[in-house]
Amino acid sequence: MNTSNQVRLWAAQRLSAMVLGICVIVHLITIIYAVRSGLSADQILARTQGNVAWFAFYGIFVIAVSIHGPIGLRSVLSEWLGWRGRSADIFLLVLAVVLAWLGFRAVWGVYA
Amino acid sequence: MSDVLNVRVWRGGEEGEYQSFQVPRRESQTVLDVVSHIQRHLDPSLAYRFACRVGMCGSCAMTVNGVARWTCRTHVSKVVKDGVLELAPLAHLPVVRDLVTDMSVFFDKWAKARGQFHPTATRKDPFARVKPDTPERKNADAGIECIGCGVCYASCDVVQWQPDYLGPAALNRAWTLQNDVRDGAQDERLRAVAGDAGCHACHTHLSCTERCPKQISPTAGIAGLKRAAMKAALKGEL
Repeated sequence: MNTSNQVRLWAAQRLSAMVLGICVIVHLITIIYAVRSGLSADQILARTQGNVAWFAFYGIFVIAVSIHGPIGLRSVLSEWLGWRGRSADIFLLVLAVVLAWLGFRAVWGVYA
Repeated sequence: MSDVLNVRVWRGGEEGEYQSFQVPRRESQTVLDVVSHIQRHLDPSLAYRFACRVGMCGSCAMTVNGVARWTCRTHVSKVVKDGVLELAPLAHLPVVRDLVTDMSVFFDKWAKARGQFHPTATRKDPFARVKPDTPERKNADAGIECIGCGVCYASCDVVQWQPDYLGPAALNRAWTLQNDVRDGAQDERLRAVAGDAGCHACHTHLSCTERCPKQISPTAGIAGLKRAAMKAALKGEL
């Protein structure tokens, strides 16, 4: 990977971290609210199904995770296992796609 | 203060063992004084490196009780633990013998980070006037007093994990030159220090800043390089 793309990955890592910072806080507040209010699965689904705002929020959350996780893991693989270069990058790209697919499957599950 | 200091000194190369010496304790004794006493009075075969003895040359750095330090300006009283001093060569560098490391890799990385000044003026041009209160000059001033002792390099976790990493000293040097308005190799240098083996590998652990005997913050310079390289990369200029 050329230097320019390495730096772009670094920038994407930082920007996705900022998005995740907000998403995680909203997500935690949502969990606490749902648990403390004693909402059932049906009541939660009634709020999320067809709700474009929740779909958009969790869609952005999934995209940020799919970007942030694999780039962070790239440094871990490089520094702890010495796994660098093309094979590691392809593995991480596959991981990003798998994370996005699993995430969007879940988001679609509570939206549709 | 006990009259005798128990000193354990690394002997050998990469493979070796600690040898114990008893050194008389003195007032205002530095770690370098201790090493010199051993070499002059107890074992002349001990290899170590020093030159100026006053914190200018950067040649006497060693690992003292597990921490990289300049030994000529480190008082024994500040670092001794239960009357024991353990001295080893600097970490992350090949050991030549005893307390001497091969610093070639360290300085090769300065060259790799384009640590040379590239003048844009000739001897026929007038002296460059660089105002002391400009942000660039202040940035350069903050890092310019580096003596190349290697303490930051030996203290950096990323250097240990990623042998290609340029390290704090080389990046600090690059940062001072990026802020030198007389220098003409800034684009090339930014390309040399960006990316996985350069400034973007830094995890901001701050060990270099914590340990630098000249109170320089290579971390701050590295952060500056990261920002500059990111701007250039996003504009497609890197």
